[in-house]
Amino acid sequence: MNKVLVSPSPHIHADVSTAGIMRDVVIALLPSVAVSIVYYGWSSVMLLAVSVITCILVEYLVTRFLLKSPSTIGDWSAAVTGVLLALNLPPACPWWVAMIGAIFAIGVVKMTFGGLGQNLFNPAIAARVFLLVSFPVAMTNWARPAGFINVDATSGATLLGTVKEGLAKGDTLSQIFAANDFSYLQTLFVNIGGSAGEISAIAILIGFIYLLARKVIRPHITLSIWATVIVFSGIFWLINPDQYTDPLFNLLTGGVLLGSVFMATDYVTSPMSTRGGIVFGVGIGLLTMLIRYFGSYPEGVSFAILIMNSVVPLINKAFKQKKYGRA
Amino acid sequence: MKKTFSIGGVHPNDSKIAAGSKIETLPLPKTVFISMNQHLGAPAKPTVAPGDRVKTGQIIGEPGGFISAYVHSSVTGTVKSVGPYKDLAGNYAVHVEIAVEPDEWMDGIDTSATLVKEIPEDRQFIVDRIKNNGVVGLGGATFPTHVKLCPPPEKKAECLILNGAECEPYLTSDYRIMLEQSEKIVIGAAIMKKVLGVSRAVIGIEENKPEAVSKMSAAVASLQSSAKGYDGIEVMVLKKKYPQGGEKQLIDAVMHRQVKSMGLPIDVGAVVQNVGTSLAVYDAVQKNMPLITNVLTVTGTCLPASRQKNYLFRIGVPLSFIAEYDGGIPEEAVKVVSGGPMMGKAISNMEATALKGSSSLLYLTEEQTARKPESNCIRCGKCVEACPMGLEPYLLNKLARNNMMDDLEQNAIQDCIECGCCLYSCPANIPLLDVIRVAKGEVIRAMRARTAPKK
Repeated sequence: MNKVLVSPSPHIHADVSTAGIMRDVVIALLPSVAVSIVYYGWSSVMLLAVSVITCILVEYLVTRFLLKSPSTIGDWSAAVTGVLLALNLPPACPWWVAMIGAIFAIGVVKMTFGGLGQNLFNPAIAARVFLLVSFPVAMTNWARPAGFINVDATSGATLLGTVKEGLAKGDTLSQIFAANDFSYLQTLFVNIGGSAGEISAIAILIGFIYLLARKVIRPHITLSIWATVIVFSGIFWLINPDQYTDPLFNLLTGGVLLGSVFMATDYVTSPMSTRGGIVFGVGIGLLTMLIRYFGSYPEGVSFAILIMNSVVPLINKAFKQKKYGRA
Repeated sequence: MKKTFSIGGVHPNDSKIAAGSKIETLPLPKTVFISMNQHLGAPAKPTVAPGDRVKTGQIIGEPGGFISAYVHSSVTGTVKSVGPYKDLAGNYAVHVEIAVEPDEWMDGIDTSATLVKEIPEDRQFIVDRIKNNGVVGLGGATFPTHVKLCPPPEKKAECLILNGAECEPYLTSDYRIMLEQSEKIVIGAAIMKKVLGVSRAVIGIEENKPEAVSKMSAAVASLQSSAKGYDGIEVMVLKKKYPQGGEKQLIDAVMHRQVKSMGLPIDVGAVVQNVGTSLAVYDAVQKNMPLITNVLTVTGTCLPASRQKNYLFRIGVPLSFIAEYDGGIPEEAVKVVSGGPMMGKAISNMEATALKGSSSLLYLTEEQTARKPESNCIRCGKCVEACPMGLEPYLLNKLARNNMMDDLEQNAIQDCIECGCCLYSCPANIPLLDVIRVAKGEVIRAMRARTAPKK
């Protein structure tokens, strides 16, 4: 015994660390990253690289030169934000838009509140909404760049956008679907048209299973979002299937899967207790569907998550964990 | 579906490395130092003076208050001194120093190996034997057993729970006695059941100890078929989850009842005793044998397999003597823990001596035990998920660091059982329990001051 340590209990620690958790999130995102690179090619690589590098660089510069504190880039959280932001952008989005988004995500949304753990809003989602408002043309240009599989660059719109436009013109859903060659199988595997990370439901679900298996997240938030989307759209769809899209369509298209698995489950900006998490998830599901059916935007997941982020402190106060012996 | 407690909990690797080692009797050292402070409550008052000759099993300390216990000499010999001596944390307590000679037992102690199955009829006789033989709870808290077995008349016990969970990693002493002394433990349970006047006794054992489950079940069955007073005793297999052996958690697991905040188990009709205590009760009542021995595990991943042991020791043996007999403290160890890795105490003074409640010498390496630097709370909620009392450790930590006493009380910091699940599971290495422990003490003091009668 060369050295004697004396400290209070507990004397052992679970094999968990912030960096390990964040690294697991990056790993869980890899299937979606891979699919987006395969289908959107070099433009996807560019967006990912710009976004991740800018996020890490901004965090490093802010901590070292503004806050004059040790750099926190080693915890991998800036990398997570970078990957998520890139996956939330239209694939044809210019690189400088990604860069501005990354600066906003880390520099404003994360670091001004005190860095990791202190921010009220999910940095990637807040940056996406910021970009949507600031650069509406670039952020809704759903042109499909040439990928390594679909080598022809095409122009297009998201399924949700097509549906919204079609309904506005007075078409019924069956007409819209028939005109667009829609199939569920396509949404499950490769749903080209949408943000880079939304292409493949399967890729996102692989990430979800990985996060659950590694105990990084628990399923309650994600599942309560899905359940709410299914129940809410199910009711409307049963009432009028020509006007309201069906539950499966709503679950598999747009950002519901990506948002519910990777953004709504962000530790920092979601409630602490299981009960709170369920309330949070139901809120996101409801707001998403309200925006999709009745709002002016075709998609509402980002707004829904952002709005629910803002009420997390209230949820944390109102929905506490059940305490032992205090029924 | 196996039973367990309903809120929180963690699953550390159980590391029961010494589980296969039969209990060995530790030899006697040249000198023992017997502490007068080996139970919860007031320290015992020494009844011997330097120069006195004492026999093994003779009383050398008498209770210093209502909640206190007798202390007996674990050896025969001459008292060399009575005075302050450092405990394992370096704090002084009164110890009786005895130069050891060959054993000469006190009259009236049955040292034979005969198993006594008949349970005495007279409850007062049983309680007196338990009290006079200095039995205290051996599950960690060392609360005097006779006090726990005599609840106030307005409170009615319904179920005796025997704690064989041994949920702390590494510890195997309870496991070994369940294998090697199963019948005595069951007889002890029947005796306590008799005192309490309850019809049901449940022996809770975690699923990671299947051999203990079968041995104890066999002991229950054989006693039930061969003697009277053993009805209503059952073995219950529990899921493996820490802190299953916590009194409140075990009551929840076995009876599906929860003790109210600041309440006692007896409020919900439960009395919980450790299996080791039950063995001590057997010895005290059936053999008139005082509590002067216990079993302790010497273990750690840095210790070779041949030195993983479970020792039957006499109280008052220096910890350094045990370590040396076992082959010395391993080079790689940086911390020696008395008790389990989750709730045990780090030893700073190896010259301190073994107590009635000593359960282990656990060697931990720097890699296993060194605290890592604290970083920002990422609000992952793992501490909230882990807390078996349903508290919010992240919030208590924040409130405590801002000295918000009223908010701490509202958020039930006083309910904390200090199990360590929060700190154990924090990915940011925030010393949650360190902070909470200190603040909890202050809150409880403030609560007591408020309810105390004004003078």
